[in-house]
Amino acid sequence: MEKQWYTISVYSENNVGLLNRISGIFLKRHINIEGLNVSKSEIEHVSKFTIVVNTTEDWTRKIVQQIEKQVEVIKAFYHTDDDIIYQESALFKIASHLLFDERQIQNIIKESNSQIVTVSREFFVLAKTGRRHEIDEMHDALEPYGIMQFVRSGRIAVTKAAMPISELLTEFQEN
Amino acid sequence: METLKAEKKEKKQETTMRITGAEALIHCLLAEGVDLIYGYPGGAIMPVYDELYKFQDKLTHILTRHEQGAAHAAQGYARVTGKVGVAMATSGPGATNLVTGIADAQIDSTPMVCITGQVTRSLLGSDAFQETDIVGISTPVTKWNYQITRVEEIPEIMAKAFYIARSGRPGPVLVDITKNAQFDELDFKYEKCTGVRSYKPVPEPNLSAIENAAELINNAKRPYIIFGQGVILGEAEAELKALVEKGGIPAAWTILGLSAMETDHPLNVGMVGMHGNYGPNVLTNECDVLIAIGMRFDDRVTGNLATYAKQAKIIHFEIDPAEVNKNVKVDVAVLGNAKETLGMLLPLINKSEHKEWLDEFDKKHQIEFETVIQKDIHPTKEGLTMGEVMEQINMATGNNAVIVSDVGQHQMIACRYAKFTQSKSNITSGGLGTMGFGLPAAIGAKMGAMDREVVAIIGDGGYQMTIQELGVIFQHNVPVKIVVLNNDHLGMVRQWQELFFESRYASTVMTNPDFVKIAEGYHIKSRRVVQRSELKDAVAEMIASKDPYFLEVKVEKEDNVFPMIPTGASVADIRLK
Repeated sequence: MEKQWYTISVYSENNVGLLNRISGIFLKRHINIEGLNVSKSEIEHVSKFTIVVNTTEDWTRKIVQQIEKQVEVIKAFYHTDDDIIYQESALFKIASHLLFDERQIQNIIKESNSQIVTVSREFFVLAKTGRRHEIDEMHDALEPYGIMQFVRSGRIAVTKAAMPISELLTEFQEN
Repeated sequence: METLKAEKKEKKQETTMRITGAEALIHCLLAEGVDLIYGYPGGAIMPVYDELYKFQDKLTHILTRHEQGAAHAAQGYARVTGKVGVAMATSGPGATNLVTGIADAQIDSTPMVCITGQVTRSLLGSDAFQETDIVGISTPVTKWNYQITRVEEIPEIMAKAFYIARSGRPGPVLVDITKNAQFDELDFKYEKCTGVRSYKPVPEPNLSAIENAAELINNAKRPYIIFGQGVILGEAEAELKALVEKGGIPAAWTILGLSAMETDHPLNVGMVGMHGNYGPNVLTNECDVLIAIGMRFDDRVTGNLATYAKQAKIIHFEIDPAEVNKNVKVDVAVLGNAKETLGMLLPLINKSEHKEWLDEFDKKHQIEFETVIQKDIHPTKEGLTMGEVMEQINMATGNNAVIVSDVGQHQMIACRYAKFTQSKSNITSGGLGTMGFGLPAAIGAKMGAMDREVVAIIGDGGYQMTIQELGVIFQHNVPVKIVVLNNDHLGMVRQWQELFFESRYASTVMTNPDFVKIAEGYHIKSRRVVQRSELKDAVAEMIASKDPYFLEVKVEKEDNVFPMIPTGASVADIRLK
């Protein structure tokens, strides 16, 4: 089976040990976590893990089954890129003098639709939100001029279709 | 108004008491019906042991000689009773010594709660004396685990621990309790856990899946059941038997399913897997409908997956959704507790017989009997065989003993030849293959079934991994019957070396001590058998003994266990020699 990008959404109770438990499921099968984000979700007191992997659908399905089996996991889903709206964020720290010395940098900022978050005497910081390849393209464009620091967040995603989780939680609350 | 207040106050006094965390823990255990725990004290669990001292009339603590022994004894107890086994240890090495038993319980779905002491909260993360991250260490091998750092958490977490350990597909739970939480006081009140919102222990059975399963079974010409421990854990033995008899369906067992159906039942065709029976393996690839009940298609059962039951429609009765389509793609998955789902299936099954199909199992059995079984249980050569020892034990116990085995050749022989008339009677380390499991598990099994004969079958290798537990047998006079089948080798590894490594016996030859003298050192009655002529009498003497008894049988040094599916081979290519 062919490998492709899958985004796994995990709804869980907010528990300290759970990240360890979930990451162990990937570790055991030698599947690299390409992106990880943990945040609150649309449901009060429920956390959401967004995990990105590049593997086969068969493995993804088995991993999701194992994740869902964990006591503190409420529900887990997997999606292809077509099923979701997704974004990543990145920050670029660049020497301030380049802004004046290298005219091209201003073009890159405009074309990439990124924002200048702060400017100081020594450096300025660019923030970019978008798809992974857009951030990669911006990184490649800036790299020849020198990037002092670079960081990219994990993917965050929402599904195009309704996530069949809300009903489940209403059911919990009724009981 | 005043009376109302007074009533309220009185009610409060009834339901809560101001006690320490350590005492609260004991009340939690008592509320869960625990009367027996296995463990080993140490610094970080001392407040709890102090309470155990005070509660010894209600709660028996058995001091094993190693924490691994405590975990395996708790497992043996759980497997034979169906109740949650409890093991206790201190922090650091005490906790890490439990890990093998926890991993074993996880892979064999054994309900167990392990309680470990932990350094006081303020010292966590400081590399304090005997501090270890047991929650981190045990995470991959527990169904659930938790570190209690505040005394108020104790009742709720303990209730949850027992609920999770025993519900759904059972498994081990570890609760780590910091020392401050043991010393501090709380207003104690216990409520049993009845549910955890993120956890659905038993999936709802789907009627249409059951109907599809029934249709496949009713139209099958060569239906075949393989049952596993799910039948025992779900207490679905009667439903299984009813299905087998009504549908006239031959049924084979996995090593952990053994004893769910009496071994002498005419439709019980034997064991599947690497050292299982010939017919059950070969005919897996000739059935038209394979009905897997409470089993997980372990690699030792399936051999090469690419050639496993490809011709068959496969129905999987399973409680754990994560097992469905994990190793083998199935046509119909019936989720739920086997007792419930088989109960729903039964009325839909047509009464049937599959005589020709059954004859094939008989024919295959005949072949295996002539080439393997006959030689194993009625040998004509000089050296004693493990099989004939099992045969004698069957006869002496009327097929009614609890058989606890360790891991290796003797385990395969025990599972192949031991006969059973009652469920929950075969206790062995299946998934993890833990050498050293047998002796402590037999202690737990005996203490869980004092009215039954418990015979431990152990090899000379595994015996020496937990031999110190003879101390428990002596101290508490636990009337376990211990049989060591001594071939002076790590027999199974030696067999593989002979077959696949050109007989290079790397580190498999054992120079053994005098096992009889060791048993005598613990004041346990003992006997050694070196000749066939003594065997029957020795086994009879052992079974007749009211006290613990140790029997060493010197068996042939280089016997092999057959049939055998070599690793990576198909079930159809099982070797008879």
